[in-house]
Amino acid sequence: MIQALFWLFAVLAGASALMTVTRRSPVASALWLIGTFFSLAAIYTLLGAFFIGIIQILVYAGAIMVLFLFVIMLLNLGNDYEADIRSHTWKALAGGSALVMLAMLARMFAGGTGAAPLGRTAGVDVLAAQVAEHGPVGVIAVPMYGEYMVMLQATAILLLIACVGAVVLAKRNV
Amino acid sequence: MTDIPLSWVLALSAILFSVGTLGVVIRRNAIILFMCVELMLNAVNLAFVGLAPYAGVQGQVYVFFVIAVAAAEAAVGLAIIISVFRHSESVDVKNFRLLRW
Repeated sequence: MIQALFWLFAVLAGASALMTVTRRSPVASALWLIGTFFSLAAIYTLLGAFFIGIIQILVYAGAIMVLFLFVIMLLNLGNDYEADIRSHTWKALAGGSALVMLAMLARMFAGGTGAAPLGRTAGVDVLAAQVAEHGPVGVIAVPMYGEYMVMLQATAILLLIACVGAVVLAKRNV
Repeated sequence: MTDIPLSWVLALSAILFSVGTLGVVIRRNAIILFMCVELMLNAVNLAFVGLAPYAGVQGQVYVFFVIAVAAAEAAVGLAIIISVFRHSESVDVKNFRLLRW
């Protein structure tokens, strides 16, 4: 059951990602990207990362994509967009590099199915024990407010600087 | 809880990353380029979350930080796109040449 759901959302995520890349209208691209984000949130939930799944919907599908759509509407790009997909030379280059990446992936699976790191029984399920002890949110909160406190504060300062920087950059005359 | 084989998750992550790279190479619209970069960030997040049951909860903590930094990056990047649009009336990356020799 869980595997079938994973396949469903994996196919949805891949298809929406391809549509994001190939649609000509920026608004259509953004809407397909929201589909990818929702599928990924479902996959996170299936993988046991409940908090990250909710954050994915709130921050990515909510805040960030609203920002993207707002800028598209503000610049009025939805109606007469210029053709922006590059020539066939670039497409051949891009397809070639994608093929190389997928070939390396296939080689890794061909050589690695029997080996330990990619198998189901690669390691003990460390996470399940921690979730049982702290709960799905506490399992992230405990290391974040302990071990990663400095990183958390640095992220807060980064967000503040980004807010100020975005306002300064987008203002007409500072 | 984790009935999904790790190799499937990593394969989906690699495929999404390839699609994002493809978009960055073949598109010229700056906003769609940004969306493809977000797609690549999400592919990496998926790898982190997939590895978390084997390596511990640090993977999920990193995903949280990656999402926060991606939000900051999107805000600043879109502000840059707005100011370039004001300068050249277009978001095509061929106009992003103010700092090029």
